[in-house]
Parts: sequence; C-alpha cells; structure tokens
Amino acid sequence: MNSEKTIAWVLLLVLPFGFAGIWRLQHGIDAQRESLSQERDDVLLRSGKLVKVMSLEYAPLLADIYWTRVVQYYGNKHVRGQTNLELLWPLLDITTTLDPNLLISYRFGAMFLSQAAPAGAGRPDLAVQLIHRGIQANPDYWRLYEDLGFVYYFDLKDYQKASDAFLEGSKKPNAQLWMKVMAAKVAAEGESFATSMFLWKDIYDSTPDPSVKKNALQHLQLLRVKEDCRQLDALADEYAKRYGKRPARMSEMVQAGLLRGIPGDPLGFAYIFGEDGKTELNLDSPLLEQQLLLNR
Amino acid sequence: MPGLAIEIENLTKEYPYGFLHLKKKTSLEGLNMQVEAGEVFGFIGPNGAGKSTTIKLLMRLIFPTAGSARILGKPISDVEMHRDIGYLPEQPYFYDYLTAAELLDYFARFHDLTSADRKERVGRMLKKVGLETARRIQLRKYSKGMLQRVGLAQAILHDPKVVILDEPMSGLDPVGRREVRDIILELKRDGKTVMFSTHILSDAEMLCDRVGVIVGGKLRGVGAPGTLVDMKTQGMEILFALRGASNAPLLSKATRTGDCYRLQVAEEELYAAIEQLRAAGVRILSVSQVKATLEEFFMNLVEADRAQASAVEVSGK
Amino acid sequence: MRRAGVVALNTFREAVRDRVLYNLVFFALLMMAAAVAVGQISIGIEHTVIVSLGLSAISVIGLLISVFIGVALVSKEMDKRTLYALLAKPVRRWEFLLGKFAGLVLTLAVNTAAMALGLLLVMIYVKHSLQRSDAVVLVAVYFILLKLALIVALALLFSCFTTPLLAILFTVGFYIAGLYVQEMRNLPAEVMSPAMAAFTKWLSYLLPNFENFNVMAMAAHGRAVPGALILQNTVYTVVYGTIVLTAAAAVFSRRNLK
Repeated sequence: MNSEKTIAWVLLLVLPFGFAGIWRLQHGIDAQRESLSQERDDVLLRSGKLVKVMSLEYAPLLADIYWTRVVQYYGNKHVRGQTNLELLWPLLDITTTLDPNLLISYRFGAMFLSQAAPAGAGRPDLAVQLIHRGIQANPDYWRLYEDLGFVYYFDLKDYQKASDAFLEGSKKPNAQLWMKVMAAKVAAEGESFATSMFLWKDIYDSTPDPSVKKNALQHLQLLRVKEDCRQLDALADEYAKRYGKRPARMSEMVQAGLLRGIPGDPLGFAYIFGEDGKTELNLDSPLLEQQLLLNR
Repeated sequence: MPGLAIEIENLTKEYPYGFLHLKKKTSLEGLNMQVEAGEVFGFIGPNGAGKSTTIKLLMRLIFPTAGSARILGKPISDVEMHRDIGYLPEQPYFYDYLTAAELLDYFARFHDLTSADRKERVGRMLKKVGLETARRIQLRKYSKGMLQRVGLAQAILHDPKVVILDEPMSGLDPVGRREVRDIILELKRDGKTVMFSTHILSDAEMLCDRVGVIVGGKLRGVGAPGTLVDMKTQGMEILFALRGASNAPLLSKATRTGDCYRLQVAEEELYAAIEQLRAAGVRILSVSQVKATLEEFFMNLVEADRAQASAVEVSGK
Repeated sequence: MRRAGVVALNTFREAVRDRVLYNLVFFALLMMAAAVAVGQISIGIEHTVIVSLGLSAISVIGLLISVFIGVALVSKEMDKRTLYALLAKPVRRWEFLLGKFAGLVLTLAVNTAAMALGLLLVMIYVKHSLQRSDAVVLVAVYFILLKLALIVALALLFSCFTTPLLAILFTVGFYIAGLYVQEMRNLPAEVMSPAMAAFTKWLSYLLPNFENFNVMAMAAHGRAVPGALILQNTVYTVVYGTIVLTAAAAVFSRRNLK
C-alpha cells in the first residue's frame, strides 16, 4: 500500500473538482454580496488628517494607494452604472492630504467631482475646494487654473470667476497662450460653443487618464450634437419661413435645397425631427442615452 | 523468508547537487544486507559512511533512489508494520515543552493501547531507563544523556519485535554506555532483534552477534566480529630481551619498550627469525599470534577507500 | 484519523504552553482598550470605531499567528528533528499534517473566541447593553476564523517545500493577492488584451478570495449577514482548504527529510 501514490491520485481528483466547486461557490458568494448592496465603506476613517498622522513616513505611498482606490472606485461605480459617488470626495480628500503634490488627483477630482451625475458626483463646490488646495501646494502649475476655470465655466456657470481663473493661470510658467485669450473671451461672451469645444478638446488631448479621456470625448460629441441641432433648427426655421410649416423629415429640407444630404451625428446616426419640430438625435444613436443622462 | 527481521536489497541513495543538480553524490550504493531475527546486529563504519542514511531509508524518512527493503517480511512502505518496530534517531531531540512522562504518553497513543496499559508501560519504561525521578521535568531541562535515555524508552515502550538504534551510545559517559549496553542485552534475552549503528568498535565487538562494515557507501563485509578479523591475521609476534649481545640482526625491525623488544614477522618467516635471534644470543620471552582488531580491519578499509578516492580525483573523473 | 487527532491535541497543547501566544492575545485586548479611547473622541460613531478597530485587531493578530506559527508547524519539526521519532510510529505523514492543521485551527478558534469575548465586553462597557443586531460581530469573527484557517493551510503547504522564510513570504503574498482578487475580476476588460483578460479571470478564481470574508462594514453598522452567505463561506473554506491540504500532503509525503 503505497501512501504517496494514493495521495497523488487523490490530489489529481481533488484539484479539478475542488476548483470547479470553488468556481460555483464564488459565483454564489458574489451574487449574495451584490444583493447586500452594502456601501463598502472603503473609507472607514474619513479624516484626512487622521490618516496622515497614522501613515508615518509612508504618506506618499499611501497617497498612491488611495489614488488607485479612487480610480477603482470611480471605475467600479461606472461599470455598475451606479450614480451615487458620495465617497469620491472623502477618498480624494485623503489622497491629497497625504500627498498634496499628487497633481493627477486634483485634475481627476476636479473633473468628476463637479460634473453632474451620473458621470460625476455633482459637487462643483467641493471641486473648487479641492483645486484651491492643489493651487496652494502647487502654485505654479498652470493646469490647475485651467481646471478651476473649467469648473466655473461648465458647472457653476460663473463666467467672471472662470475668466479670472484663466487669466491667473495664463501668468504661470509654461502656460499656453490660449489661456489669456480664453480669459478675455469668456469675460466677454460667457458661454459659447467654440469655447466649450476648445476646453474639452484640450482636456481630451492633454490627459493621460483613460477615464478622463473617455469623458471628454463624450462631452465633445454631445457639444457637437447640441451645435448641430441648433444649426439644423435654424435651417428648419428658414424652411418654415419659406413654406409656412416646419419640416417633418430631414429629407424635406434636402429637397428644399437647404441641406446637401441627411446630416448625421458624430457616430453616424441621422438626425430626426421630434414631435415639437426641434432637431433630435436618432433613436438608435448611443449618444441619445448619454444625452438623456446628462440632461437629467 | 521467516527468520529474517530485516532484508535490504540493492538499496541505493543518490543526492543530486551542484548547479542545476547535475552532479550526484552517492551516499549509499547497492546495499545488500540481512539481519536475522533475534540477533544483535552492529552496523559500523566511519562518519559519513552511510549508516544513518541506511537507517533513515529503512524508517522512510528519506526515499531510496533504487532498491527495496523489508522488515519482518513486510515492505517498508507499510505503516502498520511500524507497530512492531522501535526507532531511536541519531542525536534525538524531542518536544521540549513536554515532560518525559508526557512525551512517552504522547508517543504511546499512536499504538492501540488501553489507557491503563499505556500508563503502566510509561511508568515501567521510565524506571527501566532510570528517569523515574525526572519524569515531571520538562525535556528542555534534560542533559544529552537523559535525552538519549528518553529516546531509548520511546523506542521500546510498545514492546516491538525489532529495535533500530542510530548511534545509541553517542554523547554518553561510560556509565550511560554501560546502561545502554545492558538494555540491548536485555532486549536480546527477550528475543528481540536489535540493529544499531555505531562507530565505537569496542561496543560492537562486545555486543554483536554479527556486524556489517560499511565504508564510503558500500558494504565491505558482514559476519561475526571474530570471523571478520580472523581473515586478517597479521602474523606472529616475538617478544625478546637482549642478553648483552647488542647487534642482533633483526633489531632494527623491532620496537622497543623498556628492556623488551617486539618483532613482528609473517607466519612463514617465524622459524627463520627465531633461529636468527637464537644465534644472536637473544633471550626469547614469548611468541604469540597477532590478531588484527576490528579497528585495524576498519582502518585498512578507510585507508583503501581514501586512496581510491584520491586516485579518482587525480584521474580527473 | 484518530491518530491525526492525537497530533492535533498535542499541537494545541504546544500552543497553550507557548507564552508568545498569550502576549499576542494580550496585545489584542490592549488594542480594544485603545478603541474605547478613540471611540470617545469621535462622538456618535463610537460603536463603529470600536467594532472596526476591534475586528481589525483580531484579524491582524490572527494573521500573525496563522502565518508564523503555521509555517513553524512543520518546518520546526523538520529542523529540530522532533519529527523523526514520530514518523517511526504507525502514523502516516498526511495524518501528521492534518493533525497539525487541526491543532492550530483549534488554537486560533480559542484565541479568536477569547478576543471576541473581550470585544463584546468592551462594547457592553461603552454602550451599557447589547442588542440582537450586535450578533453580527460574532459572524464577522467567525468569518475571520475561516480566513485564518485558509491561511494556515497555505502556510502549511509552502513550509512543506521551501525554507521557512520563503514560506512566510509566499503565504503573506497569497494573502495580499487574495485581498485584491475581487478587484481583479472587475478590471475593465478594454484595457487588456483578451489573453490577459482571460488569464486574470482564471487567476481570480484560483487564488483564494479573502474579500468574501470581509463583513467589517456590516458589523460596524449592525447590519445582519444572511445565513446563505455564512453557509457559502463555510463551504468555500472547506473546499479550498481541502485542495490546499491535499496538495500539502502530496508534497510532504514525498519529501526527503534531512
């Protein structure tokens, strides 16, 4: 009776069956935990100062760890389509307290704290607070001023403050020229299509973070849609002036010579006219869903 | 085969070593040996010869590269067979947080004994090895000799048929060694088979019915201590004293102790040598046979082995 | 099997006589006293803080015991050669291993129970009473015990074929990996190549998922844990533990002792 051989055979059986069992069990456990929908209090200690004290000399390292949790937190919530991002601020608060020079966390935070749900936490006030902290620790980093201006422009709609931010930032080393131009433009015009497009494009081009890039792209597309709708509505008004009623379909405008072809949204889906005669996105376009979410 | 307590067949153990384990160190090569039931068998050899390796192979602490062995007719892989064997490891060390009584009791539980039986045996063993007074002291406070005795106790507690001891006398003072010898003899009287390894040859000569000599991983000879040595009679020794005459021809070859001289000659040359000495007027005191001891037999083997090893090294193998 | 029990009880006896264990448990109780102090600073959330810190202390202490003693279980016996005389008895190597495992798990159970009792006493001291909802703390402690059992099994496996130091490193490594297994499964698939994504997914099931046992948040807020989860986690531990211990037995039964 050879004990070693027996055990080897047993192991050969146990391994596949065991792991198969684990697979099934794990699914069950995952389902169970999902249904608990527990707010996984990632942040049991919400005080940034307390965490900093506890981290001894490892503060920057902890900051990095917390930063990865920020990204994961956002990513997870996004994947699950959840809209409640209430832990974003505490996580960012702790991250930036631990390492005030972690620039990317300010930029990320500005973006996703200020935007309205579901893309962000809908707290532009906290975003401003965060950026000011960032400016305090990194007074010469011009992009922080860009982000500040961004938040004022898009979410707080305070064009004077936005202009001030752009102006201030334009004076910093390495600031790009457009900051100065933007300051003047925003002070003069307030919100404009060109300004919005430009700002989002800059974010899209300059960010290394995939979440931010994706978000910027969405905004660019929706801005395009908004502008397209505005122009198409203007054309529809023209049509109405000529023919006494609004067009029911795009093809009518083509026939009238106002359009050269059926216009499509940035993803290629044709625009249609809604019940109220205004231009709308095609029902099949994925952008429609995003637009609905953003305009809630 | 009935009557054979331990049968070892072609047992080999190689240890790979070196870079990528390409080289092999053979610590035991093709060992063929038998221990008969009821005998005391001594397994002798210098350090590193392979004695412990053999015993560890028998106890399945290590696994053979080739070969097999049987104890009491059963293969060594049979764990139940361990009921009938007792083992004392080399330089034993036991759980130092236990007392002697607790340790013996712990080990006893692995055998199917009733609680009363266990208690009785533990008590008896402790008495036998002279540790009764120390039974409640934790083993961490024990001297080496005491540990050896505990080891012996746990080896024979369950009344095994075969007892295997690895260097049972090591680290013991003469009193301790005497005690161990007595226990071994007692075991023999009780009809047990005892196999022990040692490099102390006098113990082997005194106790063993047969010995096996192992040097350099190979078995060099098996037999009763006397027969092994008989084959190596080294000749005759003449003890003489000078009577005035100071230039006996063979004087240069003799060793001197005080006034007496000893001369060793081969058996064939005995009478010629006596004639020479007589002619020189030397007073012959005695003539006796020189028997090599087991020690010398041993040393010759070791020397031969070393010579062969260095020859091998020189040849660059 | 009975012989495994003999080994188990002796292992337990060894642990009891090892004074290091008492120090650790004492330290844990000290932590809980500290939790009381901290709790008094953060008014309104004393319960949360005490439970969180208390459970963390139990978990950390348990972890230290599991890793260090778990690795020492077998390596100490091999090093000090106490194993030699034992293996000459009619006992199989896997029975020995199983006994060691059971002995340490028993020790851990007793220790965590003692610490849990301490925690409950602290909770009573602070709140002056206990409610039914506080029973979830006991569930949390039970889950910690399950987690520790898995870690002991892993420590045992690694100590069977590497040096004690490496075994400790591997065990700790697996523990840390096991904490992030959940995240591994949620990694956005777009970022990786399909091969990498498949590999990560497989890995996330092969590695032990210690996040399963984490109910600290629920315990801190007094929310009940469903019985189904308790059952699932228990079965998970049994199955995964069996896999690891069988592997350990397979490795150990072929190992040449020095």
